[in-house]
Amino acid sequence: MPSAGLLSLILAVLQRDVIASLRRGSEWSNPLVFYVMVCALFPLGIGPQPERLAELAPGILWVVALLASLLATDSLFRGDFDDGTLEQMLLTHQSLYPQVLAKTLAHWMMTGLPLSVLSPILGVLLQLPPAGMLPLMASLVLGTMVLSFIGAIGAALTVGLRKGGLLLSLIVLPLYIPVLIFGSSVVKTAIDGGPYMPQLAMLAVFFLVALALSPLAICGALRISVDQ
Amino acid sequence: MSISSTFHKWGSPRWFYQFSGRLLPWLAGLSLLLLLGGCIWGLAFVPADYKQGNSFRIIYIHVPASAVAMGAYVTMAVAGAIHLIWRMKLAAMVMKAIAPIGASLTFLALLTGAVWGKPTWGTWWVWDARITSVLILFFLYLGIIALHQAFENRDAAAKACAVLAIVGAVNIPIIYWSVEWWYSLHQPASISFTGESTIHPTMLRPLMATLSGMYLFFAWVLLLFTRAEILDRERNTRWVQDIVCGEAR
Amino acid sequence: MAAPGLQVNQLFSERDDRVLFSDLCFQLNAGQLVQIAGPNGSGKTSLLRILAGLSSRYEGEVLWQGKSLQRHRHDYLSQLLYIGHGAGIKAVLSPLENLRWSCALRGMSHCDTSIMAALDKVGLRGFEEQACHSLSAGQQRRVNLARLFCIPASLWVLDEPFTAIDQRGVAEIEQWLADFVHDGGAVLLTTHHSLNFSHEFTILNLGDYANA
Repeated sequence: MPSAGLLSLILAVLQRDVIASLRRGSEWSNPLVFYVMVCALFPLGIGPQPERLAELAPGILWVVALLASLLATDSLFRGDFDDGTLEQMLLTHQSLYPQVLAKTLAHWMMTGLPLSVLSPILGVLLQLPPAGMLPLMASLVLGTMVLSFIGAIGAALTVGLRKGGLLLSLIVLPLYIPVLIFGSSVVKTAIDGGPYMPQLAMLAVFFLVALALSPLAICGALRISVDQ
Repeated sequence: MSISSTFHKWGSPRWFYQFSGRLLPWLAGLSLLLLLGGCIWGLAFVPADYKQGNSFRIIYIHVPASAVAMGAYVTMAVAGAIHLIWRMKLAAMVMKAIAPIGASLTFLALLTGAVWGKPTWGTWWVWDARITSVLILFFLYLGIIALHQAFENRDAAAKACAVLAIVGAVNIPIIYWSVEWWYSLHQPASISFTGESTIHPTMLRPLMATLSGMYLFFAWVLLLFTRAEILDRERNTRWVQDIVCGEAR
Repeated sequence: MAAPGLQVNQLFSERDDRVLFSDLCFQLNAGQLVQIAGPNGSGKTSLLRILAGLSSRYEGEVLWQGKSLQRHRHDYLSQLLYIGHGAGIKAVLSPLENLRWSCALRGMSHCDTSIMAALDKVGLRGFEEQACHSLSAGQQRRVNLARLFCIPASLWVLDEPFTAIDQRGVAEIEQWLADFVHDGGAVLLTTHHSLNFSHEFTILNLGDYANA
């Protein structure tokens, strides 16, 4: 029997989740549609004046991206919990850590990454000045990755509960705050012509911390959720 | 006595119930004495602030409430860690008891902050760094309480809340620091007031009294809540039935 | 004498203040099959989950080859194959993709040949590439059971393996179990179906251990 390393385990999990998500379609498209729709609500709510929209755009784009990522997070482990494949993940002699890491990364690739790529179009809709486009994308790429890792902790804690959705947002939203602060600040600073690299670097630090620590909490939470 | 046997003894709900029963009157008396004494001292005998007049006196409740609310969260996370690592049931009961107390204290801090803000800043609410941090702490408490209520199984609820409390405690420094930083970016010029330099030693002493009083008050209420939880969980055991029947007689 | 396979000592479990079983003791050695019987709600699934290490809601002792389950989880899990009563497969993936993932979780890669052989054995030749949601319930169950033949293990823990399987299929599975036990494997299973088994086997009735 050929034995495989950590990397091939991670790749196998990544591949399986990405394929499953692509085949189902709604899993990756719904957050995007949500992002577009909610962003389109703001001009209707606060008026179409370009200057005012331009001023609010960084905050709006970031808050809505955060909400879209949050809504998508609920399904991260739910499918596996319902069809019993989560039990298989827990019952191998291989460590759960790389599996959880791969699942969260796959989830980000299907939600956070498309959101970030799409964001400049919404920036145009909300009159975001051109100087803010690239920083918006960059901050969302890093930021949504952190959001996915934090959200995965909440998803793992609530996966065994029948009504997870709203509860998940209650426990996860306060933890999202630092990411929101630095993420929207990147865009705002860039528009004002200031140096935004420090904030971007801060998001990268958050990402590294989340990457190292959150899988531990996710693994623990999954074991608790299965054991009830 | 070895460490593990001490630990074992401390972890026994029955022993804890009996031991805490002896502590209760002392904690109750001392905390009420310090809180009431400190408040009377602060309200009646400390001179008014030259800038804020009498309104500053609310710090004798506001500051202790926010400080203890913060400490309570860390205590909750530590209790959660003890529960997860050593599977000590008592720690789970303590953790469950802290959440509503901490949330109430945080709410009290927010409320007194708003009341203080009206005469000081002319508005009930200001997005000041500290108030915002306390608000987020309040959200964290609400999250713990909501998560605990969502579980039907008590053991799973305790473990899940322990994980969340630890995650929250790791995040709190990051959140506080981020909010500080956020506030420094947006700080309006009109609000330049911060306590440190203006507080006079005569104002500080009653504050120390109410602060320690609040810690003792927290400990007292925590014991009461934990004892109630012990009785509920151990209701099928002989010793609890003896106590309940004894009191009913 | 070799250390016994799975040994359960004075196991106690309760659910919502109701005792499921107490003082449960039994042994399962290589080359043996134990059927857990009992009415609905008697804790059969709970017992299997405890023995698989998914549930910690018990008191008592579970030993694998004389060593505590909790301390030697890694050794135990590398020998255990648990099939729960869930589907155990992703419906949007094909049988081949599902089993590739299952094998990867066990640290096996490039095992397509053994997966094909396993699918052939459970009677799913020609369905390898079809999405599982287009298969019948019985066929989906067979995909899950195909794991028995592509993942090496010495202990099978099966929760209601005959669900949704037709009569001929039940006889087939019984033959697989017999072969596995004959080759020195150990099987623990729950079923409401009365086993038609060529070897000797033990029936453990959980109802006997449910004293109030």
